[in-house]
Amino acid sequence: MEETILTVKHLKKEYEDKTILNDVDLAVKKGEVVVIIGPSGCGKSTLLRCMNGLEKTQSGSIKLREEAIEAGSGNLVQIRQKIGMVFQNYELFPHLTVLDNILLAPTKVQKRDKKDVKAEALKLLERVGLKDKAGSYPRQLSGGQKQRVAIVRALCMNPEILLFDEVTAALDPEMVREVLDVMLELARQKRTMVIVTHEMQFARAVADRVLFIDQGKIMEEGTPEEVLEHPKKERTQQFLNIFQFEKVQERKIS
Amino acid sequence: MPDLGLDVLWKGSNLLRLLGGLGVALRISLIAVVISIPLGLLLGTLMTGKNVILKFILKLYLEFIRIMPQLVLLFMVFFGSTRMFGWQPSGELSAIIVFTLWGAAEMSDLVRGALISIPVHQYESSEALGLTKVQTYCYVVIPQTVRRLIPLSINLITRMIKTTSLILMIGVVEMIKVAQQIIEANRTTSPNAAFGIYLVIFLLYFLACWPISLLAKYLERKWR
Ligand SMILES: Nc1ncnc2c1ncn2[C@@H]1O[C@H](COP(=O)(O)OP(=O)(O)OP(=O)(O)O)[C@@H](O)[C@H]1O
Ligand SMILES: [Mg+2]
Repeated sequence: MEETILTVKHLKKEYEDKTILNDVDLAVKKGEVVVIIGPSGCGKSTLLRCMNGLEKTQSGSIKLREEAIEAGSGNLVQIRQKIGMVFQNYELFPHLTVLDNILLAPTKVQKRDKKDVKAEALKLLERVGLKDKAGSYPRQLSGGQKQRVAIVRALCMNPEILLFDEVTAALDPEMVREVLDVMLELARQKRTMVIVTHEMQFARAVADRVLFIDQGKIMEEGTPEEVLEHPKKERTQQFLNIFQFEKVQERKIS
Repeated sequence: MPDLGLDVLWKGSNLLRLLGGLGVALRISLIAVVISIPLGLLLGTLMTGKNVILKFILKLYLEFIRIMPQLVLLFMVFFGSTRMFGWQPSGELSAIIVFTLWGAAEMSDLVRGALISIPVHQYESSEALGLTKVQTYCYVVIPQTVRRLIPLSINLITRMIKTTSLILMIGVVEMIKVAQQIIEANRTTSPNAAFGIYLVIFLLYFLACWPISLLAKYLERKWR
């Protein structure tokens, strides 16, 4: 039996009096890659942020193994070390070099030996093709390179689960691939991941399970095959249609 | 070469007196800077805080100091203290008080600006990595704030040095005052002295402020 790493139960999240997430249930197993899709504003980012205690929730629970994740609670610092998160916007620290960005949390938070972490960081940087950039500052990197560094920075904490929030959404098309390749590699290594993305091809390739969220609820879930190829709900079909382009000639002009 | 009356500089200890005047100006600025920077850091941090009443008071203070010409502030402290508190500060002390009040106000605004210019996602990504609030400030927020702040505060310091030229108005013998004394004393023998002396003063102010400006430029380039 595979153990469950992350459990979300009856999660409810409101901003002011607008309900963003309503009764969301989700369990992520060890080594599983869950991809979340859904229209803009449906609450995908909010869900990931709740999973990392960045947002207060109104009711329900989120647990990493047995520990509750709750914004403002005392154990948050502990738990977050086990959850790696990469955001849409490049969030490297601009005053630190690539290497120092990566070393900061392992040395200051986990108090690990700097030499060990450095060796590990360089190895990971090499894996993503950025070893020669270790001494560069974030402003000297392209968007795709920054996101790869951000991924390495999260990995270097040896997290149990990785959360990715549209990490390629702000990138130029030719840089999307290099970042997605890194994530595919992580999936091959059987890392536990929750990925929010608008890249449907990628979702198909990487996911063990796809969730379609709309109006604050998980509308449909299943294998990529089930959800992306043969969606049962009309709403899912409508959403997926956005990514299809009909030939110009076939479009009816009314 | 036209007679600039530079010869008066070498008479007696005139040049030394001028330098002494510059020294007074620099001393006053330095003391004010040393006090107002930590004060400004504190007030600026408070200005980004949650306490609305405190923020309002600080805003009021900043606006008041900004609106008032420095000369008026100097007069208020120098002449007003006796009236208000029955206490007569010396000219130099009055100058230090005014420059400190002014420096702290301006500094607090710079600090506030630098702090709010740090994007929210810097805090969030730091916390997402497991850093505590304190660590986030120490390793992420403050280093970035300081980098933004240093060039700005250096400009403030040069402004303070230049503004010390006002304090002769409350009887402090700084460089301009010494110059006036020298020119006055040599009116008959060297009527052109005013040109020369003010030229020297120009150079001295320049020499005092230029290295500081250069440092600011250097840091700006290094950190941007
Ligand atoms: N701080 C906030 N205060 C109020 N409302 C918010 C806040 N943050 C997000 N929202 C609202 O919550 C809803 C969900 O936002 P969220 O960012 O989770 O959407 P998303 O699914 O990630 O969309 P996208 O695909 O565009 O990134 C949106 O309607 C948004 O307007
Ligand atoms: Mg989002």
